[in-house]
Amino acid sequence: MFRYIAGRCLQAVVVLVGIIAISFAILHLTGDPAALLLPESATEQDYQEIKSRMGFDRPLAEQFVQYMARAARLDFGVSYQQYRPAMTIVLERLPATFELAMVAFMIALLIALPVGILSATHRNTAVDYAAMSTALLGQSMPNFWLGLILILVFSLGLDLLPTSGRVSYGIEQRAVTGFYLFEGLFRLDWVLFADALKRVILPAVTAGLYSSARLTRLVRSSMLDVLSEDYVRTARAKGLSEGVVVNVHALKNAGIPLVTMAGIELGLLLGGTVVTETVFAWPGIGLLTIQALQNDDFPVIQAAVFLLALIFVVVNLVVDLLYAALDPRIRYA
Amino acid sequence: MHEPGDASVIAPDLMRDERTSALADAWRSLLRNKLALFGAVILAAVVAMAVFSPWIAPYDPSLQIPWEGRRQPLTLFDSGRFVLLGTDQLGRDLLSRIVYASRVTLVVSFTAVAVSGLIGLIIGVIAGYLGSWVDAVCMRLVDIFLAFPFELLALSIVAVTGPSLSVVVVVIALRVWVVYARVVRGATLAAKEKDFVQAAVALGASELRVVLVHVLPNVVTPAIVIATLYVGRVILIESALSFLGVGVPGSTPTWGGILGDGRAYIDTAWWIAFFPGLAIMITVLGVNLVGDWVRDYLDPRIQA
Repeated sequence: MFRYIAGRCLQAVVVLVGIIAISFAILHLTGDPAALLLPESATEQDYQEIKSRMGFDRPLAEQFVQYMARAARLDFGVSYQQYRPAMTIVLERLPATFELAMVAFMIALLIALPVGILSATHRNTAVDYAAMSTALLGQSMPNFWLGLILILVFSLGLDLLPTSGRVSYGIEQRAVTGFYLFEGLFRLDWVLFADALKRVILPAVTAGLYSSARLTRLVRSSMLDVLSEDYVRTARAKGLSEGVVVNVHALKNAGIPLVTMAGIELGLLLGGTVVTETVFAWPGIGLLTIQALQNDDFPVIQAAVFLLALIFVVVNLVVDLLYAALDPRIRYA
Repeated sequence: MHEPGDASVIAPDLMRDERTSALADAWRSLLRNKLALFGAVILAAVVAMAVFSPWIAPYDPSLQIPWEGRRQPLTLFDSGRFVLLGTDQLGRDLLSRIVYASRVTLVVSFTAVAVSGLIGLIIGVIAGYLGSWVDAVCMRLVDIFLAFPFELLALSIVAVTGPSLSVVVVVIALRVWVVYARVVRGATLAAKEKDFVQAAVALGASELRVVLVHVLPNVVTPAIVIATLYVGRVILIESALSFLGVGVPGSTPTWGGILGDGRAYIDTAWWIAFFPGLAIMITVLGVNLVGDWVRDYLDPRIQA
């Protein structure tokens, strides 16, 4: 077990070093990184100053080591839009993106598990066909388009849900952290919770569209795999009810590969909310990055890319360790 | 002249027969599968739309008539101009723009799938065939690229290089090659253990020959399956990049780009954003239906 954990952690570190290397390569893609880190209004003096301060006049290998050392301290330079460390600005936006991705993930699971199981147990019936057609349609639909249609119908048409933002004006003062929804839930502040929930629904449905469709298909195929196993037949032969057979015996075994896939899906959701955040003016990391792109605020872009890659690696590491805990075959393989 | 019974006389014909019958078999299978056929018809229609845009589009897609802007679908102007899908904010005919936009989408998507397929095929075969540390390095490389938040990576590259067609292709390829690499590596590992490959090695065939003649034909099938399953994904990615304003720039419209521009007018002119999205969805649906069939036909076990 220890060997497995150590090996898996080492692997994560190697991936992180690779991520830093590619970020470094992107920074040097044009051959003049100093120009990238400066606004257009910068003077020749600014240029020379940043060049020597960031060490861009040093040999490339030395620069890489320095870059790596700074990345390890999460130092990606200073945003020249806000004159604050780029990573601080990105971290401030993390709660918004995190809540959006988590709610999207929960919606995806809430759809995928029952629908996928129902599809598998009612294979080749009208239920199965309807579910799989919907999943296929979901996988074919651009989510930014769905987002706009949701706004058109539920916000502009029916006037049920707001079009943008995380909480209503004045409500955010009720929260101490940036996690409005979770804080509202845990502190039992229903005003905060209800307001945040109302605003997260449309963006979360939009962000979770593709995951819902893919996970539904995956739950179905994993269930179909285990439903034909001997132990399922044995469980049925023992006279257990179909509900127990499906929801206990089959689901438990189908669940193991699903944990890995769900972990990957959550990681993808965290890094894949740019489009949704743009559509709903959701003040998360994605929207921040788009704005940084428009302002040529390169330090912020680099910090955002690195932070989300780091989160993806950590989430997957945790999922893999969880997987090993669930399935002893992995540890000793 | 050939001796009677000379294999070279008979073999070419035999081979041709086999090939035509394989194609005919695929064609029959496609005809039997109504959903796949439906997908194929959609795909053929979109390709035709892209190839014959100038003949299909009723108007010049870049012709701006500002005073005829944001008119709803099925409007007939006094000038006799009839706009089936309405006009955009600058009075351009939406239908014509959508027809022309199919070009960028198809060119970018197919090029990106081909480029990433080539990269993934080469790396996958090398990793699977050579094994040991080469394999380990290649697979960590795959992990690294998978870890990047794709859209943000795309934004950061475009921030450095500026948007262009080749940048969009490269950015998409950076994401998609890993899928090929993984599947092809697995197929290579399996092929390497086959008797005929072992036999070729035992007979002293060079490594290059073994890879090209014996391994490669066995990994092409999964690569094709991944390609067809991924064209739809790639079209969605390309549209998303155009929607975000980091896609293919220039005068040629893109579906994602029209949709992105139409976003600002969603409350007054919903059709500008609605129809390009519909075009994307129908196209991707068609591609996915065909992709599912190709997978089921060639090898149902392959998972993307």
